[in-house]
Amino acid sequence: MTIGESAGGPVRESVRAAMTPSVAPATDNRPGGSDSGERLLLPVPDEDGAPFWEYAARGELRIQACDGCGALRFPPRPCCPHCQSFAARWQRMSGRGRIWSYVLPHPPLLPAYAALPGYNAIVVELAEAPRIRLVGNLVTAADAPLNSVDPARLRIGAPVKAAFHTLPEGMTVPRWLLERP
Amino acid sequence: MATLKDATAIAGIGQTPFAKQLPASEKTLACQAIVAALDDAGIAPSEVDAFASYTMEETDEVEIAKAIGAGDVTHFSKVGYGGGGSCATVAHLAAAIATGQANVGVAWRSRKRGSGPRPWKNTRVQLPTPGQWTRPFGLLRPADEIGLLARRYMHEYGATRDHFFNVALACRNRANQNPAAMMYERPLTREMYMTARWISEPLCLFDNCLETDGALACVVVAADRARDCRHRPVYVHAAAQGLPAQHHGMVNYWNDDPLTGPAWTAARHLWKGADLGPQDVDVAQIYDAFTPLIPLSLEGYGFCGRGEGAAFTEGGALETGGRLPLNTGGGGLSEAYVHGFNLITEGVRQLRGTSTAQVPGAATCLVTAGEGVPTSALLLRS
Repeated sequence: MTIGESAGGPVRESVRAAMTPSVAPATDNRPGGSDSGERLLLPVPDEDGAPFWEYAARGELRIQACDGCGALRFPPRPCCPHCQSFAARWQRMSGRGRIWSYVLPHPPLLPAYAALPGYNAIVVELAEAPRIRLVGNLVTAADAPLNSVDPARLRIGAPVKAAFHTLPEGMTVPRWLLERP
Repeated sequence: MATLKDATAIAGIGQTPFAKQLPASEKTLACQAIVAALDDAGIAPSEVDAFASYTMEETDEVEIAKAIGAGDVTHFSKVGYGGGGSCATVAHLAAAIATGQANVGVAWRSRKRGSGPRPWKNTRVQLPTPGQWTRPFGLLRPADEIGLLARRYMHEYGATRDHFFNVALACRNRANQNPAAMMYERPLTREMYMTARWISEPLCLFDNCLETDGALACVVVAADRARDCRHRPVYVHAAAQGLPAQHHGMVNYWNDDPLTGPAWTAARHLWKGADLGPQDVDVAQIYDAFTPLIPLSLEGYGFCGRGEGAAFTEGGALETGGRLPLNTGGGGLSEAYVHGFNLITEGVRQLRGTSTAQVPGAATCLVTAGEGVPTSALLLRS
């Protein structure tokens, strides 16, 4: 063992001790933490985005809408860019959409993602609001790994539907399934 | 109305060596580049009274001014959004000098990106991109974020990897003529490009800029002062910044038209303030963190129509003697990636007639900052 490794041990222990499940997501995502090192990054909601994740935990895909003029907006923000109203509601979406674009990230990557070779990241345009686009992953089932779809199956325009996956840490994220697998 | 048009000029440029790793600190490198730029202009450091840099710059005015021996400083500004701020550093100095806020301005960038950590590995830092909507899904790096736009661009307009290769090759060919370039002795072939490892498919290794340690600086003064300096003045003919309506830096997936970006906004303002148009540009230094930014920028700055940027690169258009010689020092792809500051200094060399890939008689050069983020641009003339 080198001096560096022995000096690093207690530090990692203290990081692990801080990473209890009760820790709020806003303080999570430490790449050096031995627990999180092999785990996917958690969403770190801000005040505007928090309702999205709360609805996702109930299996609902909801997008912020202006309570004044009705315009949908994403990402969520305090004020409507069309009518400047600060009143908002969260409109439930069908969960259907189409692949707008996709990439296949290769190393160098964070360890949890490097462990999933061939995983995809996609942008989905929602069926009822094509200019609302969500970044996500195409998978074969809600709880399947991020690299469960053969990359050859990815194509722009493919119809997809939302599914919800609960991460080991307890947060729920939308994922996407092919309508015609 | 007061105008920036030709009111100021770049009178001096300076730089350190470029390498994957340099032993000196960012502060030392910054001072070396700035002192060299002032010497190039023939202006004493004690005359410097303005500074401008990037918000991502780690060295600050206080330390730099103290180290180089600047006098009383009356203007200092920093511009956000990474490489989008490069040209704006010069633009802010030009505005300050043209309005009497200062007389001798220094813009600089010093960065040990080669030996330093990759910024995307720090998942705790507050990124300009809203990480909750992207990072959990493994959209981790700038290459992934731009890769999504690149794939969509290929889909909508029929762009191919060969078009991106045209960009990578033009930059590499110019670097092969530039002894200061990191890729000076490293020719690129189509086979190397087509068989290179993916970084974020559809982007391969050669679609990505270099990782560099190095620093650069330039000196901006009033036009009449520049005429008394050591070199032929390079006038700031026009300058612009651009943050389009509903734009989102790097992850511009959330507006009506993601394939038009900040270049379009900056260009409208740039050409409005200029006596010249895209057809008058002799040589261009276009921000090239990733090859697809070039076709997007060619469209944005009006060298071709919407969706025509990829086709524009065909037939050697970006090479010496082509329609628009590009990144003649090698650019971020093949000279050095220092957030685009080497594009500014290369623009100055072209208009002085001292580039290692000189465009004969070049009198007008467009320099752009990062596309895909809130950006800026300069139109330089001799």
